[in-house]
Amino acid sequence: MAGATYSYDVLIIGAGGAGLRAAIEASAAGVSVGLICKSLLGKAHTVMAEGGMAASLSHNDDRDNWKVHFADTMRGGQYVNNWRMAELHAKEAPDRVRELEAWGAVFDRTPDGRINQRNFGGHRYPRLAHVGDRTGLELIRTLQDHTIHLGVTVHMEHTVVDLILDGGRVAGALAYDRERGRFHVFAAKAIILATGGIGRAYKVTSNSWEGTGDGHALAYRAGAELIDMEFVQFHPTGMIWPLSVKGLLVTEGVRGEGGVLKNSEGRRFMFDDIPENYRPQTAADPEEGWRYVMNDKSARRPPELLTRDHVARCIVREVKEGRGSPHGGVYLDIAWIKEKLPNAEEHIKRKLPSMYHQFMQLANLDITKEPMEIGPTTHYVMGGIRVDADSQMSTVPGLFAAGECASGINGANRLGGNSLSDIVVFGKRAGEYAAEWARRQSAPRLDDAAVARAEKTAVEPFERGERGENPYRVQQDLQETMQNLVGIVRNEDEMREALEKLAGLQARAARAGVAGGREYHAGWHTALDLRNLMVVSEAVTRSALERRESRGGHFREDYPDKTQEFSRINVMVKQAGGGAMQVSRVPIPPMPPELQQVIEEQTS
Amino acid sequence: MIGEATFKIWRTHPGGDGTFQTFHTTVSEGMVVLDVVHRIQAEQAPDLAVRWNCKAGKCGSCSAEINGNPRLMCMTRLDDLNLWEPVTVEPMRAFPSVKDLVTDVSWNFRVKKEITKFTPRTPDAPDGTWRMAQRDADRVQEFRKCIECFLCQDVCHVLRDHGKHDEFIGPRFFVYTANLEMNPLDTADRVPDLKERYGIGYCNITKCCTKVCPEHIHITDNAIIPLKERVVTRYYDPVSRLLRVFR
Repeated sequence: MAGATYSYDVLIIGAGGAGLRAAIEASAAGVSVGLICKSLLGKAHTVMAEGGMAASLSHNDDRDNWKVHFADTMRGGQYVNNWRMAELHAKEAPDRVRELEAWGAVFDRTPDGRINQRNFGGHRYPRLAHVGDRTGLELIRTLQDHTIHLGVTVHMEHTVVDLILDGGRVAGALAYDRERGRFHVFAAKAIILATGGIGRAYKVTSNSWEGTGDGHALAYRAGAELIDMEFVQFHPTGMIWPLSVKGLLVTEGVRGEGGVLKNSEGRRFMFDDIPENYRPQTAADPEEGWRYVMNDKSARRPPELLTRDHVARCIVREVKEGRGSPHGGVYLDIAWIKEKLPNAEEHIKRKLPSMYHQFMQLANLDITKEPMEIGPTTHYVMGGIRVDADSQMSTVPGLFAAGECASGINGANRLGGNSLSDIVVFGKRAGEYAAEWARRQSAPRLDDAAVARAEKTAVEPFERGERGENPYRVQQDLQETMQNLVGIVRNEDEMREALEKLAGLQARAARAGVAGGREYHAGWHTALDLRNLMVVSEAVTRSALERRESRGGHFREDYPDKTQEFSRINVMVKQAGGGAMQVSRVPIPPMPPELQQVIEEQTS
Repeated sequence: MIGEATFKIWRTHPGGDGTFQTFHTTVSEGMVVLDVVHRIQAEQAPDLAVRWNCKAGKCGSCSAEINGNPRLMCMTRLDDLNLWEPVTVEPMRAFPSVKDLVTDVSWNFRVKKEITKFTPRTPDAPDGTWRMAQRDADRVQEFRKCIECFLCQDVCHVLRDHGKHDEFIGPRFFVYTANLEMNPLDTADRVPDLKERYGIGYCNITKCCTKVCPEHIHITDNAIIPLKERVVTRYYDPVSRLLRVFR
């Protein structure tokens, strides 16, 4: 055996919130920890999270507790969530927020000096611990600054090409460094995938270049199961103009602070379509909605704060029916609050500083004076690696997953704010259980032949050189396909067409070629990312075809209603023997009576 | 607005030195410099190296010098540039080159590790939490807005022109230190280090760092000067020196 370049008890792939939190926990358990990140430390996609981190601290409303949070999460996920994960998340999130403060996070404060919490879509009470509209930056920087003192070895700007197994269990990973383009072999007793999302499979997305579904695809190729891949969250409010920033996120915090959605006729169209199961909690008129924003506990929330899937579809409907804005979206207006608040301009700048600057700098628009033009953007994938709720281990022994690349907590639709809490709750659990697993394992055996095969595949684009397909063009065509055929509103015919196109794109991706040296070669990196994007695109499409109903982030115009049949299953994909993608349905285990009772109490 | 523009982008050669390569490309309304670099990468130079992530001014990865000015490529709109002349894009010059627009910023990560970490006092409440007024949070939160783009380090004379990387931590890490020192919960004392190890005396408050900060942090006024004052009070103020003698 040629030997590994590096060897760790626990290897973590991805250094966003989940990966960093896992690193902290694993290193606290006394095992050796390596952390690989595709970018520089502290730049991962977590940095872009804006609104906040959901936890029932009950600082702003003492009626809140884990049961309400649990019930809200299940309702938002349309009850196909992994209820155990939703339970653990709701129970443990408050402690995960408090420890961040012990590590140096400085959250916004209540008048009595505690962590302040804000309103967000689908959350019954003000629940999001936040720092203006840059909560993700606060979270990642806090974890980063804590981790660097723990003896964790960080490999920045390294990308994992493939996982290496030893008789079905995890043994290590092959990665390349961006700077030199050299391969490095990592031996590991346990691996935690914390690679985030798949947004780059779509043309309009809020995700950074890193969101290429790496963890999903690495796990899939290693034999793990992916579930719920049909559930992709299209965030209702992305920028749509200028074109070059199309998809860039506009935080839900804008609506939490009183922002309203209007169509070209100036109508607040969200009042026109309130789902029955949310009607009892939704304001009857704009006046009540405003009182809710002002923390009047007797008021119910405005319909702009309904779940993201619903708001996104309402926007699509307004545009389709000819009531859209000039660039094909609708208006999001926060400036109107000046009718209500004497110091509205200062208030907006204070509560939403990044949004103010983002629009000022990129669109020449002052959000304290004018409405924004917005439209849906691909934001988050609820689906991912199927894991054990408590330990976060996948079906591959020694392979763990946490955060967006894992699945279960969110069901069919994620509530805003549940992602930042998800990554620390389950990042911690993954770190803890991976360390425990690693301590019980003997040193893994790395198969030289498997490493050599992975290396050979990875350098093939150079052998094809400029005669090969331009990887950027293949990626663009893939994004067009997914955007147009497997987007917010889906149907059988379009998705069949998408599958055909994906087969063609798969062939082109396999012929991708690049010329030049291996140092910091973005074309080569794109060619390698394509392998992963192809896997997740096919997984989304096949899963979406299988679920013949509409639920949460998955809407089919040919099956517009929810069905009993699909309320009891998750759609699962895995690699079959011959390499083809196999789709099946896995039943959701029945919820224990005590959790059932929590939900009944909270919905009554 | 749709038109042609010329960009001169720094390309490194295998030996390590580099030259500007000229690209002509089409541009349209609302584009930023990073869009142009991406377009050139996709259509003309697939191996052009550029570091970027969020393209939203939040991650601080795409720092470069545009027409000689340290900026984030993702937040520099073409409308703000004179497109009648070629636009130059080159890497940050205070850091070693890796390739094309990418520099080796690893020194910054090593420096941060050397700074005494956050050390909170015992919690105020039995549940392990603290109380903090928003006005105290405000002061620290300004520093915590930093996205670590290192443009302030790039433009600082002490680093860029005098190469004092071994004796001076640079504006970014004075902001980082200020964030710790002014955090009402923190109990550690970094004043001796500021003087002896972090080299705060080298800063002659020309405010170049403040000018380039994309987060508009008042680096000089709110971080460096108050830290300098703490050093002066501790070591040079006659009254406190006298008091120390009697303590």
